[in-house]
Amino acid sequence: MTRLELRDVRKNFGALEVLAGISLDVAAGEFVSILGPSGAGKSTLFQLLTGAIRGEGEMRFDGAPLDGARFAFMPQRDALMPWRRVIDNATLGLEVQGMKRRAARERVAPMFAEFGLAGFERAWPAELSGGMRQRAALLRTVVQQRDMLLLDEPFGALDALTRAAMQRWLETMWRSHRWTALLITHDVREAVLLSDRIYVLSARPARVVSEVAVPLPRPRTESAELAREAAAIEAGILDTLLGLADPNSRSSDGETK
Amino acid sequence: MLSRRLGRWLRARRSSIAPRKSRKTAFLRAPLCPAGHLPRKGPQGGRSAVATAITKLAPAVLSLAMLLTAWELYARFGDIAPTILPAPSRVLAQAWESRAALAENTLPTISATLAGFACSLLAAFVLSALVDFLPRLRRALFPILIASQTLPLVAIAPLVVLWFGFGLLPKILLIALVTFFPMMVALVEGYAATEKEISQMLAAMGAGRWRIFWLARLPSALPYFFAGLRISITYAVVGAIFAEYAGAAKGLGIYMLSAKNNFRPDLVLAAVAVSSALTLALFGLAVLVQRLAMPWENAKSERAGRDDKAEPSGEGRP
Ligand SMILES: Nc1ncnc2c1ncn2[C@@H]1O[C@H](COP(=O)(O)OP(=O)(O)OP(=O)(O)O)[C@@H](O)[C@H]1O
Ligand SMILES: [Mg+2]
Repeated sequence: MTRLELRDVRKNFGALEVLAGISLDVAAGEFVSILGPSGAGKSTLFQLLTGAIRGEGEMRFDGAPLDGARFAFMPQRDALMPWRRVIDNATLGLEVQGMKRRAARERVAPMFAEFGLAGFERAWPAELSGGMRQRAALLRTVVQQRDMLLLDEPFGALDALTRAAMQRWLETMWRSHRWTALLITHDVREAVLLSDRIYVLSARPARVVSEVAVPLPRPRTESAELAREAAAIEAGILDTLLGLADPNSRSSDGETK
Repeated sequence: MLSRRLGRWLRARRSSIAPRKSRKTAFLRAPLCPAGHLPRKGPQGGRSAVATAITKLAPAVLSLAMLLTAWELYARFGDIAPTILPAPSRVLAQAWESRAALAENTLPTISATLAGFACSLLAAFVLSALVDFLPRLRRALFPILIASQTLPLVAIAPLVVLWFGFGLLPKILLIALVTFFPMMVALVEGYAATEKEISQMLAAMGAGRWRIFWLARLPSALPYFFAGLRISITYAVVGAIFAEYAGAAKGLGIYMLSAKNNFRPDLVLAAVAVSSALTLALFGLAVLVQRLAMPWENAKSERAGRDDKAEPSGEGRP
C-alpha cells in the first residue's frame, strides 16, 4: 500500500532551480532512503513535505493530497532545545499535540532504556555526547506516533565509529517497530544497511537518477555473505554518484531504473 | 527495578517535605535512576567555584587597592586642600558621619531605579513581542527608538522634570529612556537568533506562531536578554541619578548637587561610592538571576571538564 507519493515535485528559490521534478513513492512499513550529493536539495524536499515552503507538483498521502501533520520530522541538526531537559525535549511533540506535560513524560519515560538514554532523563542536552543527542532527537521524533518518519541525515554529524554503531542500532530498532520512514543521507553504506529502496538524486537541480532496491534479508549486520552483497550494491550506487560528478558523462545521465 | 523503587522512595520523601510544590513536579524532580546527576554538583564543585571566583577577583581588588592608596598618599602629602580633593579615608569618615542622610537619600534612588527599570523591562518585553509578530511595526518603531538614543540626557532631564514634576514619574521616564532601547534590541535580536531547525520542527509538529514564540523564540532570546539586562541595569542607576540631579525632593542625585553647592566634595564622593555600590549590587543580582534562570548554561560549562563519549551499543549510563 502506497503511503507517500510524489509526482514531478519542483522547487525554485528565485532563479536557483533546486528540485527539477522529483517523483517517488513510499509504501507502508517501508524504509526508503534518498541519497544525493551535498546541496542537491534533499532538505528542501523535506521542507516541502512538512509544509515549511511551497512548491509545484503533486504530493499525495494515502491517496489524498498531502494535508500536513502526517510526519514526524527530525531536522538535519538535532534541534534539541538546550533549555529543556532531555525528557522534556522528548515530550515536545506530544505537548504540542496538546498532551499534558506530566502525561507526556509518563508516556516517554519507559522508552529511554530502548534508546540508550536511561538515567539521562533529567540531564541537559549539553551533557550528552553526540550519539546520545541523536538518539534523544530520534526519540522525540518517534514518540509523536505520526504516520511516517522523515529523518534528515540523522547521523551526518557523528564520528565514523559512533555513526556505524548508530546505524546498526537504528536497523535493530526499525526491525522491531517497522516505521514507515524516509531517510536523507549522503552515506552510501548507511543507505544500503537501512533501506528497502534507495532513490539516488543528481546534484542541483535534483532529479531522481536511479532507484535501487535493496533485497537483502534482515538483520543485515550478521553474515559475511550479506556484507559482500551489500558491498556490491554500494559499489553500483557509488558508480552512479561518481559518474554524475564526472562532467563528461553529465549529458547522458537519464533515468536508469 | 532498584532504580524504580529508589525513585518512588525519593518522590515520597520529597513530597513529604514539600507537599504543595512537589505534586506538580514530583516526576520532574525525582531521579528515575540512582546514578542521577546531582552527586556531581557536590561540595567540591561549590568550593572550587568559590575558589575560582576569588582567583578571578583578586587582580581587580588589588588594582583598586593600589589606586586608593596612591590617591590617599597624594591627597595627604601633596599639599591639597580637602575641599578640592579629599583623601579616601576622609570620604569614608565623612560618609559614616552622614550615614543617616546618605541612607535617607539612597532609598528613593533605589526605588526609582527599580520602578523605572521594571517599567522599561515590561515595555521592552511587550513591544519586542509585538514587533516579532508584526515586522511592519518594527520598521515603524525602530527609527524612533534609535532617534531617542541620540537625545542628550543633560538637556532632556530638566525638561522632563519641568513637565512631570518632582515625583516618581519623570524618573521612571528618564530611566526608561536610557534602558529601554538596549533591552528592546537585545530581545528582538534574541528572537531572531532562534535556530531555524527548531522553529521548522515545531511547525511540522503542528505548533502555531504563538506556540513557536513561547516554546522556542522566547527561550532562545534569554542569553541576549541577560546580556542586555547586565548592560542596561548599570545605565538605570546613572539615569536615576541624572533625573534627581535635574530636580527631586530626595535622592542621591539631589544629595550630590547640594553637597557640591556646599563645597563638600567628600560627601559628593561618598554619594558616588554609594551609587557605584548600588550599581555593582544590581549587576551582581542580574548575574545571579541569570544563573538561576539558565541552569543549562552551567551544565554546558561543566561538560567541558568531563569526558564521556557515548558507548556505541547504547546501554545508557553504566
Ligand atoms: N530558503 C532558501 N532560500 C534560498 N536558497 C535556498 C533556501 N534553502 C535552500 N536553498 C538552496 O537550495 C540548495 C539545496 O539546499 P538543501 O539544504 O536542500 O541541500 P541538501 O541536499 O540538504 O544539502 P546537504 O546534504 O548539504 O544538507 C542549496 O543550494 C541552498 O543554497
Ligand atoms: Mg540537508
